Amino acid sequence: MTELTSLTIAEAREKLKAKEFTSVELTKAYLDAIEAANGVLNAYVAVTPEKALEMAKSSDERRAAGRVGALEGIPLGIKDLFGTRDVHTQACSHILDGFKPKYESTVSQNLWDDGAVMLGKLNMDEFAMGSSNETSHYGAVINPWKAKGSNQQLVPGGSSGGSAAAVAAHLCAGATATDTGGSIRQPAAFTGTVGIKPTYGRCSRWGIVAFASSLDQAGPIARDVRDAAIMLKSMASIDLKDTTSVDIPVPDYEASLGQSVKGMKIGIPKEYRVDGMPEEIEALWQQGIAWLKDAGAEIVDITLPHTKYALPAYYIVAPAEASSNLARYDGVRYGLRVDGKDIIDMYEKTRAAGFGQEVKRRIMIGTYVLSAGYYDAYYLRAQKVRTLIKRDFETVFDAGVDAILTPATPSSAFGVADENLASDPVKMYLNDIFTVTVNMAGLPGIAVPAGLDHKGLPLGLQLIGKPFEEETLFRTAHVIEKAAGRFTPAKWW
Amino acid sequence: MSVDLATVKRVARLARIAVTEEDANRMVGELNGILGFVEQLSEVDVTGVEPMTSVTPMDMRKRQDDVTDGDKALDIVANAPATDHNFFLVPKVVE
Repeated sequence: MTELTSLTIAEAREKLKAKEFTSVELTKAYLDAIEAANGVLNAYVAVTPEKALEMAKSSDERRAAGRVGALEGIPLGIKDLFGTRDVHTQACSHILDGFKPKYESTVSQNLWDDGAVMLGKLNMDEFAMGSSNETSHYGAVINPWKAKGSNQQLVPGGSSGGSAAAVAAHLCAGATATDTGGSIRQPAAFTGTVGIKPTYGRCSRWGIVAFASSLDQAGPIARDVRDAAIMLKSMASIDLKDTTSVDIPVPDYEASLGQSVKGMKIGIPKEYRVDGMPEEIEALWQQGIAWLKDAGAEIVDITLPHTKYALPAYYIVAPAEASSNLARYDGVRYGLRVDGKDIIDMYEKTRAAGFGQEVKRRIMIGTYVLSAGYYDAYYLRAQKVRTLIKRDFETVFDAGVDAILTPATPSSAFGVADENLASDPVKMYLNDIFTVTVNMAGLPGIAVPAGLDHKGLPLGLQLIGKPFEEETLFRTAHVIEKAAGRFTPAKWW
Repeated sequence: MSVDLATVKRVARLARIAVTEEDANRMVGELNGILGFVEQLSEVDVTGVEPMTSVTPMDMRKRQDDVTDGDKALDIVANAPATDHNFFLVPKVVE
């Protein structure tokens, strides 16, 4: 029998149904794999073996009684940003030390309602602020991929670095993740996995630690397009507890796989050809264009003229919202408290000790741009630019474009503790240059592996769709996946 | 626009984050780097453009004004660093 952990969700689903093994057996295989690997990869910040086995046992009992959910018995990893009842939930921050919520996020509850099993909580950049998973209070995650002939440790991307690394290294069948500026798609691209950020409003934000509320969306990271479709179907819902949750039924995403893209119009935006982009990324993009053309899609050149302003506008809007959302961490209701001579001193000392450098930086920027006298020049202007970015997309969609194809990232995975990036925060921010536009406009975007670079590291392509047309993305990404094949790292850990 | 040391200290105070002299000096450079980067937005013509308030044009869903949750004081204080009889304890605020 093949290793149980090598099976995709779709494969495990069939074999569980055929009673080739039980959920308890599958869950034990994952717990063993985590035990063996996590000391090296640091993908999990909390493993919950007892809870996992208890959930797996219940799942096997439900199956025996003929009650089988869409994810029945499938072991998953959950990003530390999702509130999980009585289980470690800290957004990988020191300031939430010891926090175990008394509630469950809607997205994770949806997964348990469909029969899934929780293996534990996954590492991430602190409060999802980062593109390398190095801002975590629990240390960096190591990418299971290594360059050919090199022993250098690489980052898995971020902020959902633990999710991406755990999926790529087969430490869970699939993982939840969140994406505010690229935090699902960039780590998916760096690890050869599939990640989709759905349309804003598709997944409930209730019970997820808030970073930038007008941009945050949950989505899955999975081994292939089918698994991502299966997971999103369960994660998405209409939730009365989130007023931005949209009242549109969740379609059966898996049914869109295998449908033809013949006659579909794919837009290629010239603004995504940036200075200093490696030749390999351009070649990959051209390869993606060729695959879709071969499958019968029509390729059209398009322009999204405000693309270059998306990242600077993001670095006003996201920190502004973060400075407001993170005001709640003051040492009174949960987490860390550092005593002071009075209450203000206690707040200031608690926040100084509890937040990491990157989080402080963003709170400071957000506080500054919202402060008296600067609001119009920064925040209001950024929100106007955001309108223009969204209008760019609406114009091309109105002209008949069905989806847009771009590279997912400007490079493959880089080294842990890269000095060049550490010296200048803006350089790290540029990682999200191709993904952040999608959050600013609230659109769905999927990253799908499309090849390896000369170092043998995975590269991804991104497809951007119209609001609530995730099915088009799954269908088109599936065509790319069929042409490109799937990519798995050689096991060294 | 750029920030100086006094501005950084003022913003840190507004954000309720204690900063050392060393932190504040480092932040001047970092924040100016980021503010320099976002400065390019000033070249965009935003005349007559409405600021975005919602990515999806939608009316906020409203619900009946009913009590749907509550009676869980113990849950609410369960994670607090200091409590007494379901109250959060803080340093003395009023003399």
